[in-house]
Amino acid sequence: MPSLPDIMTPDAEALAKAAGKGRRVTLPAGSPEHDLFTGLTRMGDNTLILGHRVSEWCGHAPVLEEDIALANVALDMIGQTQLWLGLAGTVEGHGRSADDLAFLRDAWHFRNLLLVERPNRDFGHTLMRQFLFDAWHQPMLKALEGSSDDRIGEIALKAGKEVAYHLERSADLVIRLGDGTEESHAKMKDALERLWPYAGEMFLADEVDVRLAHEGLMPDPAGIRPAWDETVAEILAEATLNRPDSDFAHKGGKQGRHTEDLGHLLTSMQWLQRAYPGATW
Amino acid sequence: MAAARLSRRHVVTAVQPDTDTVWHWLSEVPDPEIPVISITELGIVRDVDWRGDTLVVTVTPTYSGCPATSVINFEIEQKLREKGIERIELKRQLSPPWSTDWIAEEAKEKLRAYGIAPPIEGTAAEGVVAGRVRRLTGEPLTIPCPRCGSPDTRLVSQFGSTPCKAAYQCNACLEPFDYFKCI
Repeated sequence: MPSLPDIMTPDAEALAKAAGKGRRVTLPAGSPEHDLFTGLTRMGDNTLILGHRVSEWCGHAPVLEEDIALANVALDMIGQTQLWLGLAGTVEGHGRSADDLAFLRDAWHFRNLLLVERPNRDFGHTLMRQFLFDAWHQPMLKALEGSSDDRIGEIALKAGKEVAYHLERSADLVIRLGDGTEESHAKMKDALERLWPYAGEMFLADEVDVRLAHEGLMPDPAGIRPAWDETVAEILAEATLNRPDSDFAHKGGKQGRHTEDLGHLLTSMQWLQRAYPGATW
Repeated sequence: MAAARLSRRHVVTAVQPDTDTVWHWLSEVPDPEIPVISITELGIVRDVDWRGDTLVVTVTPTYSGCPATSVINFEIEQKLREKGIERIELKRQLSPPWSTDWIAEEAKEKLRAYGIAPPIEGTAAEGVVAGRVRRLTGEPLTIPCPRCGSPDTRLVSQFGSTPCKAAYQCNACLEPFDYFKCI
């Protein structure tokens, strides 16, 4: 039994293959189907993991209205996950449903950004994480609307309408808390500095991204950066927060090398299906 | 075998209602969360068509995570079974994505009477730019109170009792209310 991979593991893919040997037919790495499957799981795993993180707030938010808002945003993201992972399962062609992909994969098969698996910490930290993600998610979906695959464009257009409201909300709250009391400002500054090293991964392309972009299926991640930079600069200025200088970026999530925190999240999220395989209602 | 197939076709043809009738039946199915309006008034039934002896009903979700979607599908199927339709296929269609512009005019009045401020066309969020414009011009969206009609209301949260609604409060009569936000 290999130890769980983390962001220091050089080849999570090899570990994952060894662990899953003989259980399932996998698409050949580098094939167009495998690339598309990877791109779709990256989208779906982002919304799944962030949706789950945000849902952890249910019943714990500082005020009732925010509790409801957090649950609703989580619900939107889980809905989007069903669309992305549903299509991923179709593209893979081995009969796996969105539920199978969500509940029956182990950490090394997840392709989400490290940013979205960061623990919630306090309310300000949760909202800062949401804002940094939404500011990327919105232009990313805009670009995906023009995908050469109509199925991707349809999901992006649907999700984009919802995400526009996510971004308005998270941006407004970052401003209100950043430009709020001395204490809220200090917490938002701390949150920004903690999360900033996880933002850069959104714009880093690997060979899968390059091939997907070449086929017109998904955009080059670097192309999303100018829109993100503009939104972040504008909102941070209004929030009286300084953009951190360092562009150091933790990476690996998109390739299956995660932080320890994802494993903890999965033990909670996947518990039912692990304890009672095939349970339905 | 051939005889059995022939006789079944004969029976089905005899009871196959036209699509206008089916649309009428569907107009009797209430939205599970806002029972004063029907699913056809909400604009989520996109198509009704016969494919051979199968009735295909195409439905589009309001929000991708809307938990009412499966309840709505269940209620459509139940209604059609009550009417004697045996072969039903429910098709999900994402494109074009549902818009609040598709809510029937008369349904908007029903929403207001029910205490939900109806969507104001052309006010969908477009990401951060729309918010910035509103903040800079200081002209927030005016949502009249569905109870007293006062335009003096304030946004409490962009997300209300469901993802499709925002929470508002009237400054005049103090009534908290839902606004069916525009998408």
